[in-house]
Amino acid sequence: MQSTMREADPILEVENLSASTDNLPILKGVSLTVYPGEIHAIMGRNGCGKSTLSKIIAGHPSYNITNGDIKFLGENINSLEPEERAQSGIFLGFQYPIEIPGVSNLEFLRVSTNARRKFLNKEELDTFDFEELVKEKLEIVKMDHAFLSRSVNQGFSGGEKKRNEILQMALLEPKIAILDETDSGLDIDALRIVASGIKKISNAQTGIILITHYQRLLDEIKPNYVHVMSDGQIIKTGESDLALELEEKGYEWTDNFIKET
Amino acid sequence: MVNENLVKDVVKEPYKYGFVTDIETEKIEKGINENIIRLISQKKEEPKFLLDFRLKAFKKWQKMKEPDWAGLGYKKIDYQDIIYYSAPKQKEKISSLDEVDPKLLETFDKLGIPLTEQKKLTNVAVDAVFDSVSIATTFREELAEHGVIFCSISEAVKNHADLIEKYLGTVVPASDNYFAALNSAVFSDGSFVYIPKGVTCPMDLSSYFRINSGDSGQFERTLIIAEESSSVSYLEGCTAPMFDTNTLHAAVVELIALDDASIKYSTVQNWYAGDEEGIGGIFNFVTKRGKCLGKRSKISWSQVETGSAITWKYPSCLLLGEESVGEFYSVALTNNLQQADTGTKMIHIGPKTKSTIVSKGISAGNSKNSYRGLVKMGAKAKGSRNYSQCDSMLIGDQASANTFPYIKSQQPNSEIEHEASTCRISEDQLFYLQSRGIEFEEAVSMMVSGFCRDVFNQLPMEFAAEADKLLALKLEGSVG
Repeated sequence: MQSTMREADPILEVENLSASTDNLPILKGVSLTVYPGEIHAIMGRNGCGKSTLSKIIAGHPSYNITNGDIKFLGENINSLEPEERAQSGIFLGFQYPIEIPGVSNLEFLRVSTNARRKFLNKEELDTFDFEELVKEKLEIVKMDHAFLSRSVNQGFSGGEKKRNEILQMALLEPKIAILDETDSGLDIDALRIVASGIKKISNAQTGIILITHYQRLLDEIKPNYVHVMSDGQIIKTGESDLALELEEKGYEWTDNFIKET
Repeated sequence: MVNENLVKDVVKEPYKYGFVTDIETEKIEKGINENIIRLISQKKEEPKFLLDFRLKAFKKWQKMKEPDWAGLGYKKIDYQDIIYYSAPKQKEKISSLDEVDPKLLETFDKLGIPLTEQKKLTNVAVDAVFDSVSIATTFREELAEHGVIFCSISEAVKNHADLIEKYLGTVVPASDNYFAALNSAVFSDGSFVYIPKGVTCPMDLSSYFRINSGDSGQFERTLIIAEESSSVSYLEGCTAPMFDTNTLHAAVVELIALDDASIKYSTVQNWYAGDEEGIGGIFNFVTKRGKCLGKRSKISWSQVETGSAITWKYPSCLLLGEESVGEFYSVALTNNLQQADTGTKMIHIGPKTKSTIVSKGISAGNSKNSYRGLVKMGAKAKGSRNYSQCDSMLIGDQASANTFPYIKSQQPNSEIEHEASTCRISEDQLFYLQSRGIEFEEAVSMMVSGFCRDVFNQLPMEFAAEADKLLALKLEGSVG
């Protein structure tokens, strides 16, 4: 896959974004633009701010934006609630999907899907119609129907949780999906299932941000751009071969970039 | 954290039933003494055995002390400052609903309990109690065809004195506890149910208790008798206006199940809980107990407790009959400065008896929510089993939850199993649901109703829907 021509309007524009939590600065001026059909990878050491960036884009209440803007489809979304962002088409795949005891996975998926459909002025689905839809989507992540009757993520293995995330992505059909370390904790087979799921769901109209430590996900899903983050900043951007170089030379290599800038 | 505050806003519930009905009432003077008790008994034209029952209870009560073991904090109750009998003024004898004051009918209409022939609920018979008296009971003739007696306890005293004399006070004796003794002395009205041998009650029976006046206490008394191989499902609902004073509610409920009989007793309690500062609200000190007298009899309590400033309530089962079954399913939601100390006692006396306890406590605001339960295996309870599960959910960081399970066993060949858990609605869980497009309020309410599912599944259908709505209402508010 080559870098796209970027003729359409961007889906996501992060402009000089700084943010903090408990007065501790985490992001220090991040800029990133994603166009339809593009796949971006963000790499970096633990604690460099990758996960924080994804949470802030999704609207996590623990972080304060101290400077800069997040624009989605041209509109500033800095002050939107997380649910409004989700309804309008921003999807965050969690690194550690949360367990919600007592709430059935099926009901959760249905309410969630209907919230998105309502936003899109599509008819909300009743239990029967939703069953049909979800059956079809289960195929994508090769999940068993039995997962639906369990509580959300409760007692799921690491791989099952991640597949449940991709199932949600398949149902919500987001404009942009930010997948935070979706590959971590997966064995090779599960990684292939998840990767092929992501590829099936994405198309020329969607944007994807993959946050990862490892090359192996990027072997399955080739990114158009690779960004390296360090200490709350994007310190280098390149094409997919940057990831290979990073894999080979390690993050110590990137420390030199900071000195350069 | 930002969301902590949001959760606090969301659980601030508006109380829908806080209105007062402006109606002329007949009240007796404040205070309690022998003359007051004689006066109540006389107003109700009671037979002598009942007056004696009351006076004996009063003597016992005078010697008793208000219990403080639950560690509930409240201002001392002045029992001489309470009116013990209050009734809306009506014609002496009412022969049909048309003669009931329209204001009363309107009140129950507003509460969602229409009583008139045209509008009454189609599959539930209702006994509507307003302050100290029963206003109306629907579907009486239809029930009578099956031999089912459903009327106010005052009427039962007049028309079925033999049954009252035989059973009243046999499950909860007057000397049982302080509030039961007080109730036995001054009880005003309540419901009476009798299901004859072999009859499955053709519809659910329901009592709706409404406290209207601010300075009178409500002391209702309910007695349900299920003869051999009969069964009944009974529902109880309650509301009260918003006053800035505390109103005392001390009820006694007695259930008796004979061989192969089954009684299902469900409560949705939504008394006024007081305001955010803890001013006003009902003191709900209730004794509810069922006696499984017969073999293979079954008594099942399910309750959704959302109201009252203070709840002190332990619906219990005495399992005497061989292979009898006791069940207790409870959801208690407290908010602001509410205090709830609730649970059950399962007393296994007969052999091969079985009991199940599922308790879900939700505490928000600065409230205090305790489960207190006793499981006792008597010396003859060979082969008996108990399973208890007590879960607490905390909303915010100021609320508290406690579990006090007491276990006593004199029978080595019996099994007692107890599980307990505590969880908190976390910011991460809320964010997860929100990040899937689910509104904040709906996210909280999904988690709460998910937490309560095991109990809601036990409620009769109409009640389950109401309970879900009630919790959602309690959790409704302005977000951010």
